[in-house]
Amino acid sequence: MSGDLLGWWGVPLAVLAGAIRVSTPFLFVSLGECITEKSGRINLGLEGTLVMGAMSGYAVSYLSGSPWLGVLAAGCAGAVFGILHALICSLPRVNDIAVGIALMLFGIGLAFFLGKPFIQPQAPNLPSIPFGWWSENAQVRDALRVNALFIIGVILAPFLLWAFRNTRWGLILRTVGDSADAALALGYAINRVRMFATASGGFLAGVGGSFLSLSYPGSWSEGLSSGQGITAVALVIFARWNPMLCFWASLLFGGAAALGPALQSVGITQGYYLFNAAPYMLTLLIMILTCSRDRTLAGAPGELGVTR
Amino acid sequence: MVMFVPDPAAPPATGAVSLEALGMGKQFGALKALDDVTLKVEAGSFHALLGENGAGKSTLVKCIMGYYTPDQGQVMVGNHEQPISSPRMAHNLGLGMVYQHFTLVPDMTVAENLVLARTDLPAVIDWKAEHAGLEAFFATMPFRVPLDRKVSALAAGEKQKTEILKQLYLKRRFLILDEPTSVLTPAEADEVLGLLRDMTKAGQLTVLTITHKFREVFAFADNVTVLRRGKFAGSGKVADLTADDMAKMMMGEQKLPDPAPRTGVPGEATRLAIQTLNVSDDAGNPAVKGISLQVRAGEILGIAGVSGNGQRELVEAIAGQRDIKDGAISLHGQSFDGSRKAMKQHKLSCLPEEPLRNACVAKMSVAENLAFRRFDEEPFAAGGWWLKPGAFKEAARQIIARYRVKTPGPEAAIGQLSGGNVQRAVLGREIGGEVNVLVAANPCFGLDFAAVADIHGQIMAARNRGAAVLLVSEDLDELFELSDRIAVMFSGRIVYEDAIGNADLTVIGRHMAGH
Repeated sequence: MSGDLLGWWGVPLAVLAGAIRVSTPFLFVSLGECITEKSGRINLGLEGTLVMGAMSGYAVSYLSGSPWLGVLAAGCAGAVFGILHALICSLPRVNDIAVGIALMLFGIGLAFFLGKPFIQPQAPNLPSIPFGWWSENAQVRDALRVNALFIIGVILAPFLLWAFRNTRWGLILRTVGDSADAALALGYAINRVRMFATASGGFLAGVGGSFLSLSYPGSWSEGLSSGQGITAVALVIFARWNPMLCFWASLLFGGAAALGPALQSVGITQGYYLFNAAPYMLTLLIMILTCSRDRTLAGAPGELGVTR
Repeated sequence: MVMFVPDPAAPPATGAVSLEALGMGKQFGALKALDDVTLKVEAGSFHALLGENGAGKSTLVKCIMGYYTPDQGQVMVGNHEQPISSPRMAHNLGLGMVYQHFTLVPDMTVAENLVLARTDLPAVIDWKAEHAGLEAFFATMPFRVPLDRKVSALAAGEKQKTEILKQLYLKRRFLILDEPTSVLTPAEADEVLGLLRDMTKAGQLTVLTITHKFREVFAFADNVTVLRRGKFAGSGKVADLTADDMAKMMMGEQKLPDPAPRTGVPGEATRLAIQTLNVSDDAGNPAVKGISLQVRAGEILGIAGVSGNGQRELVEAIAGQRDIKDGAISLHGQSFDGSRKAMKQHKLSCLPEEPLRNACVAKMSVAENLAFRRFDEEPFAAGGWWLKPGAFKEAARQIIARYRVKTPGPEAAIGQLSGGNVQRAVLGREIGGEVNVLVAANPCFGLDFAAVADIHGQIMAARNRGAAVLLVSEDLDELFELSDRIAVMFSGRIVYEDAIGNADLTVIGRHMAGH
């Protein structure tokens, strides 16, 4: 069987491959934001963290020769941004959303500034795992070449769901996020828990950023991110603060984003830009269908709000 | 693994412990909330802490629990001086407290909340073992709550029971309760307080409870301490005291106004009619289920019920704050849509609960808040749009004087005022003019005796002038004093309705509990 013979079957295959590829940064950023929001804070700065992670991951991978060191560096850069956000937000009368926007702009600007020398050189990329080895077909083999970070994300999502329910840290995190009164009465240091949560969230967002620059085709440029960080924050709300739903939402979003290129590959070029807008239209549509005038969002952490 | 040791850091001794707070003082800005107060609670006793609102009861117990740091004074637990600087330290000494606001995590199940409170929470929780431990504990308790239900889905009374069970599960030696029965039916209150009293008698626990219900003091407490305006006002054995003695300690020489006289009989015309009304709560679940009721001119219809049975949603629907699912509300026989125009036309006034949140804009001035109903008409505005601040202030001064609102002036933000004064200001706005229909929800919640008598007088006066009054309240004494007719709301339905002359406290209590 040759690639051409696959014909229309190439479309769902390309969508699947695209879903896995595109969803990886969404998955990491949304899992990170899920942890942060479970503690009762919103970190809108994750777009900046993502770009910062992409830059620092690429730089460290290039300088050290190890892409995994790059991923670690990206995570640490993200954690630093998270700690910065948490520190500023723990001051009295500081609004977490405003701080997040400021940090988003700061992160993007800083990454562009520090990343200038790394636009040209080629850094080693992350490996991917060839799940398509059994097939003779090049298209199938390509589509089933799954990057290693996605696998980690697939394991991380159910682990987080389990940890929220079955570990001390999970219970404390949910307490702080759902009722500050209860946390105070139990004697937990609210700001410290939120600091930990925001730092972990930043770490994961940084790792998500390193995927952008270290996975195939693997390069660092200023146009690398197209708002994945911000979109992932919206995905968390869409996923009702449930890590497994974050995973499915990321896949859905990635699949929708891959629709345009997939159709183009079988020769349908009409409405290409319209298909590119599919993920956003899909999100909007699902949001409209699932919201209700006389019901508050179920599952929202009680301390989450815009009026502080 | 250790499965069922709630508090390993506590002293090895178990059972009731004594507590003394000596010479406690606490200042908040210019306000002396506590001034040299001494409280002694014997081991194994049931001690009641009485006082009006603002007397310093909550401040005192929060100082004991380490929630606040007192400016002066010391706390002795079991005859040893203990510096308690955080609730954690208090917990380690075996002290526990049930706060007035709930401290359960709404999005967690009852079981998660109970296990979460353990100080030796393991890193990974073995839910099977925890459930077994909880079941074993519940088997020793006379009442229980569903373990796997989320707290947000519990009724207020069940939440309060969970709070108390949580403290008992943690094997506290000294338990402080801040008005524990305000959301319980009389029978539930007896059940809970009875259990605690039995535990004190058995020497397992010492109880200190803040309350304002004399009935509970006489039925359960051994000793009583009374505070007035931050100072110690008296103490003694309950057996040696009468209700009058305690009231005098609480109020000093202050005289209560006489209860308002009820004059005239209700008219024939129905002013407010509600027809098979259905309303949903914030989560979209039915909260008001097919309620029908009528209120006539010159009549007070009292609605009794434990909080959380749909009263809030009912009042919000009438006040135009919440959409009606189906059914109808009509005023003077005309359908009412909740608009400002219709309220004005029918002279509907509303005294919602938590008036600062539901009837005021906290950051706007007292004068502006008092003009909300009429700010765009003469004399407050020329041509309906040019506002005249002078007229606002003038009208506000009249209401402030007539309803004795204590405020720095009409210019002050209403959020700075104390609860009673916000309540009086809103009352002045709502019933200062002509009123045909008045809806009041817990109008005296958290107010002292004098303010309560005052507000009761104003509501009765509005009735005597011919207003139809719908009074929703959790305070049965208030309902019996004011109502012409009384109804009971349970689980979104009216389950009982009768003239006040035929009503009986035990029958009403039974209906409040859904029996």
